[in-house]
Amino acid sequence: MEDYARVVDRFVGFGGRTLEQSGQYRIPAARAVVWDALNDADVLAACIEGCESVTKLSDHRFDANITAKLGPVKTKFKATIEVSDRNPPQSYSLEVSVKGGMQGFGKGRAEVELAEDQNATLLSYRVEGNVGGKLAQMGSRLITAAGRKMADGFFSKFSERWADTI
Amino acid sequence: MTSETGIGAAVKRKEDARFITGAGHYTDDINQPGQLYAVFVRSMYPRAEIRSIDVSSALAMEGVVAAYTGADLAADEIGDLPCGWMVKSKDGSDMIQPPHPPVAVSVVNYVGEPYAMVVAETLQAARDGAEAVTADFNELPVVVDLASAHGADQIHEAAPGNQCYDWELGDREATDAAFASADHVTSLDIVNNRLIPNAMEPRAAVGMYEAATGNYTLYTTSQNPHLERLILAAFVNVAAESKLRVVSPDVGGGFGSKIFVYAEETAVIWAAGKLARAIKWRADRSESFLADAHGRDHLTKAELALKADGTFVGLRVKTVANMGAYLSLFASSVPTYLYGTLLAGQYRTPAIYVEVQSVFTNTAPVDAYRGAGRPEATYVVERLVETAARELGKDPADIRRLNFIQPEDFPYETPVALTYDTGDYDASLKKAIELIGYDGFAERKASSEANGKKRGIGFSCYIEACGLAPSQVALSLGAGVGLFESAEVRVDVTGSVSVMTGCHSHGQGHETTFAQIVSDKLGIPFENVDVVHGDTGRSDYGLGTYGSRSLVVGGSAIVKATDKVIAKSRKIAAHMLESTEENVDFEEGTFSVTDSNQSITFPEVAFSAYVPGNYPLDELEPGLSEKAFYDPENFTYPAGAHICEVEVDPETGKVEIVNFVAVDDFGEIINPMIVAGQVHGGLAQGIGQALLEHAIYDESGQLVTGSYMDYTMPRADDMPNFVVDTTVTPCTHNPLGAKGCGEAGAIGSTAAVMNALTDALGVVDVPMPATPETVWRAMEGE
Repeated sequence: MEDYARVVDRFVGFGGRTLEQSGQYRIPAARAVVWDALNDADVLAACIEGCESVTKLSDHRFDANITAKLGPVKTKFKATIEVSDRNPPQSYSLEVSVKGGMQGFGKGRAEVELAEDQNATLLSYRVEGNVGGKLAQMGSRLITAAGRKMADGFFSKFSERWADTI
Repeated sequence: MTSETGIGAAVKRKEDARFITGAGHYTDDINQPGQLYAVFVRSMYPRAEIRSIDVSSALAMEGVVAAYTGADLAADEIGDLPCGWMVKSKDGSDMIQPPHPPVAVSVVNYVGEPYAMVVAETLQAARDGAEAVTADFNELPVVVDLASAHGADQIHEAAPGNQCYDWELGDREATDAAFASADHVTSLDIVNNRLIPNAMEPRAAVGMYEAATGNYTLYTTSQNPHLERLILAAFVNVAAESKLRVVSPDVGGGFGSKIFVYAEETAVIWAAGKLARAIKWRADRSESFLADAHGRDHLTKAELALKADGTFVGLRVKTVANMGAYLSLFASSVPTYLYGTLLAGQYRTPAIYVEVQSVFTNTAPVDAYRGAGRPEATYVVERLVETAARELGKDPADIRRLNFIQPEDFPYETPVALTYDTGDYDASLKKAIELIGYDGFAERKASSEANGKKRGIGFSCYIEACGLAPSQVALSLGAGVGLFESAEVRVDVTGSVSVMTGCHSHGQGHETTFAQIVSDKLGIPFENVDVVHGDTGRSDYGLGTYGSRSLVVGGSAIVKATDKVIAKSRKIAAHMLESTEENVDFEEGTFSVTDSNQSITFPEVAFSAYVPGNYPLDELEPGLSEKAFYDPENFTYPAGAHICEVEVDPETGKVEIVNFVAVDDFGEIINPMIVAGQVHGGLAQGIGQALLEHAIYDESGQLVTGSYMDYTMPRADDMPNFVVDTTVTPCTHNPLGAKGCGEAGAIGSTAAVMNALTDALGVVDVPMPATPETVWRAMEGE
């Protein structure tokens, strides 16, 4: 029956939809400064759109409450972020789990790398994840766009912190 | 007689006056004093162990009256939702029927499976309460892909390899021998896409319990209320049949999805008893997507063996069918007795062998959807036949004619267990060819090409076995219930008539069609006949509406009961006319003595039956009300020819259906307008499957086509102006000569569209639905 799997695979482009996204941002601050900011709960809370709170439980664990909208689904999410492969100030990995009550859930893994670039820092990230429940049912088609928007929003606010220094 | 309202007349539907003025009475329109509202908490995980469920926060919320889990139903010995058709595997073993508690107890197996129910004073409080239910799940590996489900991680302890059964039909050796001697073999790998039924009215239930009497009443959106009552009583243990009344009031479409007994009405009627309060539940559209039984979802390898001249010598089919996570009520019968048995199609193929393996996956249960098995069979046969014609350089009409069962061959016994009673397949094909103007196709194709478009034509000559079913045949093949129908014709004192039927109308127009039959036979005004259906408290019994059975089986029961009324009336009339039964004629509502001018009308006879002054009380009981049960002796075999012409824009891959002709043989027709409407609706669904509709679970088991943003329903501008017509060979074994028309459109049309599309593109196959992207990729050779 491999033939069928092949046929389905080839033609049904939109089965197996996982969110896969990567990007790069140039942040006008030194790498160590960027690293510290990325590990600062208050900074994160200020930069995540719709964020109500970020609590840093340890260097390896953050909890957050975020209101986000994906297509027609707007809900409050509880996020837990586990930090692993912590290699300051160069890189870390994040296991993110997001729960939105009856609206669904998301989970994913992100890898973040910071590279020095003259006076600034080049931040690269790669994220892979998927959503479930109503989020998948109603919004899966919109996930890539929403993920991109959220990342852009975050890093643009994040970069603005150092806007005056340039 | 074809009066303006009699048999054969295009009478406007009685029921439409209320439907088009918003005066229909649906389940959600029913409200009771002190009514509570139920909301179900559904799994977001396709497969997970339930470690714990905590309803305490929900219970603490204002307005919440109760919160139940599967354990609560189990504690009251509420049984599993059963499957009503036992299919046996090749080795004689019974199919595997895994436990299917209405509300999940220890494990959830598809997204949308309910694991708790919150009951509250208002809908909003119930929703808030449901939001407050928390549960701890341990996610388990999911099985989504149908091709690899057999042998993937085992979902049910009872089902090794996730197999439900491995069934076969036909003569394997004879078929293999036919292939060995064949000049040519055409083979296709076919994916029959998964569909979501999308009835306009979502499922709903209102459960009531009267503590003083112990009587339960369940209003629900069922296509077969008596069967619903039987199952809730005998299998699920809600209440004794005599203590449970099930009413299906106006129901807005079913297409099969409302045949089945579901978790929600089961839990609602149980909880109504527990709380001694009325409880209402109505699915929102998201719930319908997740938790209505889905349709189709087959993977098939099909081969047709032919002689060089195009004569079919053998057909070999191997199918994997998706059952979803649990066996729905008739799921097992759809890819077997409603599929394998139809693979002879309209042809004299002497050797046929079919194997069907049904498997479980972590998706919603899959069951009957308009046509149920027969669209899948037609798709296999008609795609193969068209492809074989192309490979052998034959005209698609000629190769069919060469192989048709001929009128003189009837009754015709197929190699796959059916005996067709009658038909004239070439008559339908001939008419369809004329109506589409087959002769002018080449010219139209050239003109399309001149406009930069690709044009193609495709045929589909389908057959279906309808009028489910002879009870003893169905029972011998594993059905759990008989499939006869009941009717009562109750004549009132003044001669108006109520007809009680066990069939249920959820769009079919029975109130009109059945009234036409009775008014025609009794010679009374159409307006004086009222059809009562959908209420176990008012009709004796019934098996409901599906499988194009209502007119054929239910209508025949009505004819039988009406004949009994006429027979008794004739005796009364003979007494009143001081003559003998043999000398009394009955025509157009009047009894008259042969060769005399003495006569008496039917209402006068009815009056005499209830006011029996001048009445033979020593011979006859007073009153005029008769009942009948009708069990058909065979299935009926509607058949027809659908021809589709498409135009494809090679720049965009958009497919336009430019011509569609359906010529169907439904036997005798009671109301041609209703029949045309049924065909139109069926065609829209069949074309929807070909071009638009697809239910997709992603690899993690989430339904990603869970709303109308992603699941494409056919719309008016996707459809051409259909040309529909009929030919008639009357059914030989029912009193109406009728064959049934409810499913034909959805059965025949899909293959016609895809045959036309592959013709236009010059490719062997395009997977369904043929969306512009899919078509564009096919053109690019991807």
